[in-house]
Amino acid sequence: MLTLDFAFLTPAVISGYIVKGFIFSLQLTLIAMLGGIILGTLLALMRLSSKPWLILPAAGYVNTMRSVPLVMVILWFFLLIPLVIGRPLGAEVSAIITFTLFEAAYYSEIMRAGIQSISRGQVAAGYALGMSYRQTMGLIVLPQAFRNMLPVLLTQTIILFQDTSLVYAIGAYDLLKGFEIAGKNFNRPVETYLVAAVLYFVISFSLSMLVKKLQQRIAIIR
Amino acid sequence: MPMIEMKNVSKWYGEFRVLTECTTQVEKGEVIVVCGPSGSGKSTLIKCVNGLELFQQGDILVNGISVGDTKTNLPKLRARVGMVFQHFELFPHMTITENLSIAQIKVLGRSKDEATERGLKLLERVGLKEQAAKHPGQLSGGQQQRVAIARALSMDPICMLFDEPTSALDPEMINEVLDVMVELAQEGMTMMVVTHEMGFAHKVAHRVVFMDQGKIVEDDKKDAFFGSPRSERAQQFLSKILHH
Ligand SMILES: Nc1ncnc2c1ncn2[C@@H]1O[C@H](COP(=O)(O)OP(=O)(O)OP(=O)(O)O)[C@@H](O)[C@H]1O
Ligand SMILES: [Mg+2]
Repeated sequence: MLTLDFAFLTPAVISGYIVKGFIFSLQLTLIAMLGGIILGTLLALMRLSSKPWLILPAAGYVNTMRSVPLVMVILWFFLLIPLVIGRPLGAEVSAIITFTLFEAAYYSEIMRAGIQSISRGQVAAGYALGMSYRQTMGLIVLPQAFRNMLPVLLTQTIILFQDTSLVYAIGAYDLLKGFEIAGKNFNRPVETYLVAAVLYFVISFSLSMLVKKLQQRIAIIR
Repeated sequence: MPMIEMKNVSKWYGEFRVLTECTTQVEKGEVIVVCGPSGSGKSTLIKCVNGLELFQQGDILVNGISVGDTKTNLPKLRARVGMVFQHFELFPHMTITENLSIAQIKVLGRSKDEATERGLKLLERVGLKEQAAKHPGQLSGGQQQRVAIARALSMDPICMLFDEPTSALDPEMINEVLDVMVELAQEGMTMMVVTHEMGFAHKVAHRVVFMDQGKIVEDDKKDAFFGSPRSERAQQFLSKILHH
């Protein structure tokens, strides 16, 4: 019969193994979110333009990224980029770039829906006041699209946070890796994976609850 | 030189011809009312004036500047042409004050203080000074449309375009908007107004343009138009909207 013993998880072990990984997981999530939303918004604007030379590459990029398993993108990027630039990139940096590029495809679909939800009349009003395309987008359309889509963007970020555990494939030191190493060193793999699972669950679940609250508030304001 | 001069403007959506050889002009200080059945091209015509819609043939000169010329700086031209929409199109994520000042700041380069002061002055003029800190969603339709007029005026326009400014309003709110427009007309603002409010036309219009199927069918002095429109379509249209 399996007996569980969590006594080895002292504050010292946690700060020695886990915290470092946790910080990287958070970093990865936040940077990929910010970078992904910015890049995704640009991709969305390209796809919504009327110029084929902007639409086609953006659509191709988004559809490709969305059709490939994330873990493969992580692996390929990690293996191929050193061949291209002639030196290794490091698992952490490689992961941050990969996630940003990958998530941009998903964020771009969200932002595209958000931009399309703003009526053409709002755009016309901006232009009629003498605003440029940039000003109309930046001051009128994007702030509203972003506000309307905030819950969906955050939900995507929660998925992103869970997916960061896939950097396992290239050995980056993230939250899961921290638990794994601690588990190996103290010969308690079951316990550490269990705690890791609970931690991922608690974080993701509380964030989804927050998003739900936010969604209700936005619904009231509208 | 007329303020707005439209010469043989034609426009197609694909195969479909929305506008056919439209020619008219609006003198400085003149108010013209554009009417006609639904789908006759009134909105399209008025949006061509500030280049919100492009046209394939003919040209429009606004204060002597060609809208059709690809070298024309359209944003610069639009900044001087006020436009009021059927559905107000205030920016819902901004306060009323911000709605009134944003384009002054970003387009005309005015300072925030100057723009706010000008905005508030115009807000007072349309009788909504107390609403400055609110968001558009907190205002009634009539109030929102008055703010939209104030927003257009904040750019010191040389002329104003209105596209059915009262047709999305509850009946009891129509007059508060029309009153503002009448006052504007009486102050000498050059106005091109798409509307079916014939009371407004009677009161302040100098000319009435009647459109049908993308053509300008009548373009007459107000009295002539209401006295005896020449076309049968215009007569039918008038009797329909005056007797219901
Ligand atoms: N983007 C578009 N693509 C194709 N056809 C269009 C487009 N916009 C308008 N039309 C058509 O052009 C015609 C003129 O439209 P427009 O909106 O100018 O009419 P209107 O006189 O303003 O009508 P209403 O009184 O209903 O506002 C209509 O038949 C309409 O269906
Ligand atoms: Mg119309």
